Amino acid sequence: MERFLPLFTAVPLLAGFACLLLKRAAPRAAPALSVASMATLLLLASAAAIRGEEGVAFAGGWGVRSSGEGSFVAGIALVLDGLSRLFLLLVAVVGTASAVFALRYLAPEEGLPLFHVLFNLLVAGMNGALLAGDLFNLYVFLEVASLASVGLVAWRTGGAEVEAALKYLVLGTLSSAAILLGITVLYAATGFLNMADLSVAVSGGAVPRVPLLLAAGLFVAGFGMKTAAMPFHAWLPDAHPSAPAPISAMLSGLLIKTLGIYALLRVLPVVTGMDGDLRAVLTALGLLSMWGGVLLAQAQDDLKRILAYHSVSQMGYVLVAVACGTWLGVAAGIFHAVNHGLFKSALFLSSGSLERVAGTRRLSGMGGLFRRAPATSAGLLGACLSISGVPPFNGFWSKLLILVALLSAGQPAMAGLAAGAALMTLVTFVKVQRKALFGPLPARLEGAREVPASMFLPVLALVLLCLASGLLWPAGVDGLVGSAADAVASPDGGPGAVRAYVERVHGGGPR
Amino acid sequence: MILYALVLVLLGLGIHGLLAKRNLLKKIIALAILDYGVNLLLIVVGYRAGGGAPILLPGEDPAAFARGSVDPLPQALVLTSIVIGLGVTMLLVAMALRLHQRYGTLDVDRMDRLRG
Repeated sequence: MERFLPLFTAVPLLAGFACLLLKRAAPRAAPALSVASMATLLLLASAAAIRGEEGVAFAGGWGVRSSGEGSFVAGIALVLDGLSRLFLLLVAVVGTASAVFALRYLAPEEGLPLFHVLFNLLVAGMNGALLAGDLFNLYVFLEVASLASVGLVAWRTGGAEVEAALKYLVLGTLSSAAILLGITVLYAATGFLNMADLSVAVSGGAVPRVPLLLAAGLFVAGFGMKTAAMPFHAWLPDAHPSAPAPISAMLSGLLIKTLGIYALLRVLPVVTGMDGDLRAVLTALGLLSMWGGVLLAQAQDDLKRILAYHSVSQMGYVLVAVACGTWLGVAAGIFHAVNHGLFKSALFLSSGSLERVAGTRRLSGMGGLFRRAPATSAGLLGACLSISGVPPFNGFWSKLLILVALLSAGQPAMAGLAAGAALMTLVTFVKVQRKALFGPLPARLEGAREVPASMFLPVLALVLLCLASGLLWPAGVDGLVGSAADAVASPDGGPGAVRAYVERVHGGGPR
Repeated sequence: MILYALVLVLLGLGIHGLLAKRNLLKKIIALAILDYGVNLLLIVVGYRAGGGAPILLPGEDPAAFARGSVDPLPQALVLTSIVIGLGVTMLLVAMALRLHQRYGTLDVDRMDRLRG
């Protein structure tokens, strides 16, 4: 499997370049190329997940070198472990669904190949960030994904879209600057960029505490902004709704997790470990996002803005769970992040279908659409049930797991607040269903028609996955999520997980 | 030491400009200044007093080279970072241009259509 690791970035990159090259000769080929590259990734990622692959690949024939003081990594390492494996699979699943959805959603207008160039770049950036074994490559791939996503948010080039994209890019650049500053501070203190080497240096105890805390603070701010945790959330409710629906699904379903949650989970244990102060900060951010997001969502009428605010809120859940610091908390957080990726992308895709059916994104302009567009409505309904935490959908189990993790970490007040926010989520989505799907059909919508199958099938597939991961999680999903949590925290609370990461990197590749 | 102080000044200027200026172009310039602050810090971190250019000549002893030259890694990072900064700035300016065509102003308070 090690030999195939570069493919996770190379396949979408090549597909993107091919779209660019064929821009004039075969503009119709671009959507097919996107679907093909996503399907290839899906194949690779499922193979890795099913076989439980782990491994390290080194770019350009470099590898691990030994010196008098122990081994260190020379060159660029790509690391596949439980955590990156799970997120790679999530990227591939949501990417495939979005690419198929985009086939008929986007009219074959001028510039469609360019859309697919950016789409593939976005995926290449995310996959690169998921596999990066050192901080600087993490930063570079994160920038690739961010810049591609800015272009996609501004895609429709209206005033509001460009303004949202500009706001997104300014805040994104600020957060990237914070991350680069953190990397610089760490490099100055330790002389390493590779995360395995860094963790060896830090756990050796010779590194002073102040730069470590400074770097951790900068990372929490930078990656927190990429996660859109409150109070760094202001760009998300503008940027995500402005993008075309398949891109909203990619941004809300994947980008805030791969650049935010995943990066935090990867970097923080290596740098400082999850110590008490850091956990308190993450809990505060999480709590603020959880409640702030859900309350602000109540006031919205635009379906996509409701969904965007709920992304902020659901990321709050993940942060609160991860901030427990226990293995169970981390596992619950990862499980919820993955589930959110599935149902939020289904929700954003169906918001695109509903916009097509009803001609508006405003809930007040919809009603009674269940009879007009049953397949789209069924998809939306399933995804709504899932995000509201109705059993047996996956959202219920991950929220339950978060509550259990909070209780067992001795935070009953926190668990109560999380349960309260879950109720508020249920209230919003009951409202969404009543206004959009049921009730009287406005006269304006008498002629409303169902969307083509290539638009509702990806949504239904995602909803089926939600249901399957809800019903089967003790059997299959548990292994995936469990091994992902193993990569971050050890069940005994010791430093075993980080040590295993170091051994994996230092033990792999040519010497 | 003076260089470290300069880094702080650049970072402060950048953040101040980003928050206080209403003109979009000035905000973009502020972001560029912030970027250069971070880049300068990277260079300063890799600098060694009296160090030579980090070019390993054929036949030169690697250990002696490592003692006698500045750290080449931050320089490579800064090159990458400058390229990224170029891309970001160009994208920002292009979008600012588009907004100026649409609204006839670069004042962010007067184009604010979004509720945040």
